[in-house]
Amino acid sequence: MSMLMQLFLSFIQVGLFSVGGGYAAIPLIQNQVVDVHGLMTLAEFTDLITIAEMTPGPISINSATFVGMRLGGVPGVLLCTLGCILPSFFICLTLAFFYYKYRSVQGVQTVLSALRPAVVALIASAGLSILLLALFPNGLAQGVEGIHLVEGALFVGALFLLRRFKLSAIATIFGSGVVGTVAYLLLGLV
Amino acid sequence: MKPQERKAVLLWKLFKATFLLSAFTFGGGFVIVSLMKKKFVEELGWLEEEEMLDITAIAQSSPGPIPINASVILGYRMCGLAGSLVAILGTALPPMVIISVISLFYAQFRSNPIISLALQVMRAGVAAVIFDVVINLAKNVIKTRRVLYIVLMAAAFVARAILGVEATVLILVCLAVGLMDVFAQTRAKDNKNAEVQV
Repeated sequence: MSMLMQLFLSFIQVGLFSVGGGYAAIPLIQNQVVDVHGLMTLAEFTDLITIAEMTPGPISINSATFVGMRLGGVPGVLLCTLGCILPSFFICLTLAFFYYKYRSVQGVQTVLSALRPAVVALIASAGLSILLLALFPNGLAQGVEGIHLVEGALFVGALFLLRRFKLSAIATIFGSGVVGTVAYLLLGLV
Repeated sequence: MKPQERKAVLLWKLFKATFLLSAFTFGGGFVIVSLMKKKFVEELGWLEEEEMLDITAIAQSSPGPIPINASVILGYRMCGLAGSLVAILGTALPPMVIISVISLFYAQFRSNPIISLALQVMRAGVAAVIFDVVINLAKNVIKTRRVLYIVLMAAAFVARAILGVEATVLILVCLAVGLMDVFAQTRAKDNKNAEVQV
């Protein structure tokens, strides 16, 4: 079997068995790419995860693209990403069909209403971990001493603009990147 | 405007929205979901808030990347199969292009101090967007004035943020609570009907 075909099948398995988002996919990708097929060394794989986390986009798509590019160029990128997406596509399309068919049924509404508070909590928890990562990039071990004040000010300022002036999400994120970087350079903290 | 043209305009808007969200989203699946909530519910008014939460629960519980899962359902809702395909393309293209370019010179990328600084400070903006969305969502859960929902929200937050329980496990537990709630409500109704008959 050609290597590209092997990659495609590997990423179908990653897409099919990673339940619960990006971090669930990392061990699966490692297993397929490093352990089973020996397409990358563990050090290369660690670099890949660093890059996948630093850049925008879902971690599994980032990893699929990175592995595909390194091992098979552009056709590799297309095959790996396609493999990663295909299971999602068929499963979620089916679920979407049933959701929109039955969601107005009384019993289904009652069940969904119990799920929604949990989803709010999950989003809140994801927000908290990103905030901690922003305020304490070197981890929580140093305590309050290790807090990054520029990021703290950015967070407060951005939240104020979002609540008060309904600033758009992308403007907020992009703006905080620009303002924060300039602030660091001006303050000479780099 | 002809129906076909209207569909083309909608698909283009869908592509643009998913592409931009994906290009600016750092971190896990729930980050993009809160951005989608802000964009599609608050900014564009295409979806109801409850619908977006349902989509999130489905996307989280299905295998595969959460942003892709959410795009499939969201695209299907807006424009059927074509919408699904367009939303996937919008979500998958930015990381594919960005990573393809980076993978060619990733050693330089990783050690560039300005890039890593910009990526670090952007997290503060991402956190602010998520908190903004969460404040709106939590307000609405509290507005239902049902103790069950408020307790579920608080308990799920503690379980996830402090005890580190898997998100999928929490969704399954709440699914079970919801089913019991349906059962309890049906029985209450039956008892009422029985009393009326007596």
